[in-house]
Amino acid sequence: MAVTGTGSAGSLVILDPTDESAPDVRTALERPASLDGLRVGLLDISKPRGDVFLDRLAELLAERGTTVRRYAKPTFTKPMPPDLRREITAECDVVIEALAD
Amino acid sequence: MTRVGITGSPDLAGDGLVAVVKRDCPTCQLVEPVLAGLSRAPGVTVYTQDDPDFPADVADRRDDTELSTSLALDIETVPTLVRFAGGVETGRVVGWSRAQWTELTGVADLGEGLPEHRPGCGSRTLDPDVAEELLVRTRGGSLRSRRLEITALEDEAEALFDRGFTDGLPVVAPTPARVLRMLEGTSRDPGEVVAVIPPNLVPATVEKVAINAVLAGCRPEYLPVVLAAVEAACTDEFNAHGLLATTWGAGPAIVVNGPVRAEIGMNWAGNALGQGNRANSTIGRALQLVIRNIGGGRPQEVDRAALGHPGKVGFCFAEDEEGSPFEPLAQSRGVPPGRSAVTVFAAEGPRGVADQISRRPESLARSLALGLRAVVHPKLVRGFDATLVVCPEHARVFADAGWDRARLEAALDEYLLLDRAEITRGAGGIDEGVPAGDSDRPLPKFRPGGLMIVHAGGGAGMFSAVIGGWAGGPGGSAPVTREVDPWR
Repeated sequence: MAVTGTGSAGSLVILDPTDESAPDVRTALERPASLDGLRVGLLDISKPRGDVFLDRLAELLAERGTTVRRYAKPTFTKPMPPDLRREITAECDVVIEALAD
Repeated sequence: MTRVGITGSPDLAGDGLVAVVKRDCPTCQLVEPVLAGLSRAPGVTVYTQDDPDFPADVADRRDDTELSTSLALDIETVPTLVRFAGGVETGRVVGWSRAQWTELTGVADLGEGLPEHRPGCGSRTLDPDVAEELLVRTRGGSLRSRRLEITALEDEAEALFDRGFTDGLPVVAPTPARVLRMLEGTSRDPGEVVAVIPPNLVPATVEKVAINAVLAGCRPEYLPVVLAAVEAACTDEFNAHGLLATTWGAGPAIVVNGPVRAEIGMNWAGNALGQGNRANSTIGRALQLVIRNIGGGRPQEVDRAALGHPGKVGFCFAEDEEGSPFEPLAQSRGVPPGRSAVTVFAAEGPRGVADQISRRPESLARSLALGLRAVVHPKLVRGFDATLVVCPEHARVFADAGWDRARLEAALDEYLLLDRAEITRGAGGIDEGVPAGDSDRPLPKFRPGGLMIVHAGGGAGMFSAVIGGWAGGPGGSAPVTREVDPWR
């Protein structure tokens, strides 16, 4: 519906109030069939008791022979610092994130 | 386009006289024979704004119904007579004046039988029916935003809903002309970046904010306040991202201080926190539409509020400084006196606190403290901020006792030291509460700086209001104040 001129007869031209970004069409990656050989990260977003959930997950994964790397956001109320995002991207194949209260 | 430039109209003479007229002007008709007489000499060109056959008997008469020459010459009144020498304007007469026409033309005895003086009429360029089109024609090129078309078969209001641009209420269509008029409210360049808008962290230009101010229903003179509010809300301290994304229901609110309040007709008196004032209603709405449309923050998407509140459509009011016993909020936050400022803060809906009996400041402060205690939960402390709006009849009690802002803050701090026995988990048969500690020390309800006091409201009613906030401080949101004047 974008137009360049004054638009067709009888139409009304308005200015786009949005960021004009085309919708980001992205599909989620396939779930891995197994965690064998994959680098697993556990991300605590620093909501209360998220660590309880992640600690138990780490135990269960360890029983299966999978070791994990642990990460934590400084606060759940703000977006993840870009450095942490890069770190996780570089070090992990899959990430399990815990939200809790 | 400049007054003297002939660039906007390549057929303008470099030397000589140029007249601009229209038939629909009695003064232009009056001078018709004068122009005919002048045009017998070379170097006289007459541009006509409406009827190409007017004025009669003029040798060099040109059609300016497109108004390009009138715009290039910045004509506001017809007839206007302009003298050029070497391509530069050297003199201009507006309306009919025998003396001035004689002086400018150097021709004696002009207009025999005419009155000495007759004022002109408004130029066609200023007619409301063409002004909008001309505005877009002359300045529309300065706009960078994508142009969207609402076809003749679509209902304008419905189309704006369908495209997701609204908060659930109708919006004003942001046509190029309306956006250009909105941009007249600021001297800033439309392409200048105001702030990076969460949650999608999109840089917002002055133009994009102006488009959303049009949507919200703002007048151009509100735009500097909107720009300052956007700047304030998009700081790390205010943390609009967190406030949006939390499941708690608060949203951004704006309190305005300084001369701009009166200049744009804001309400700080009766129903100050309510509906009915265009500036109050639309400035707050514009900030929320900026976050929605530019930042991409929409309910049930990144806005995760479990309940929200009606003020999330927009929440903005002015402080009553003139009737206040307290230093204005902006001054208490470092803005010099006489300057205009906005303070953004996290806000739930306001909740009244009545006290019609207290005439002692201590008693009244204790009442207000009880009202404040209920913020977030009466048994929880230090997590959430709040704002107390003191009404004039309550403020008078403090004024009569000589209490200033600091004195009231100190008293509220004292009365909001909560007894652990009352607020520990399980106390009062309620599992919620603060965890049992190893100390019996009372706990303050609010973090230091977590309670803000504002004065507003109508002259009758001993009813102040508590506005609950959200998680306060570095891990949440802190109020942020920004000056308005830099955005004018």
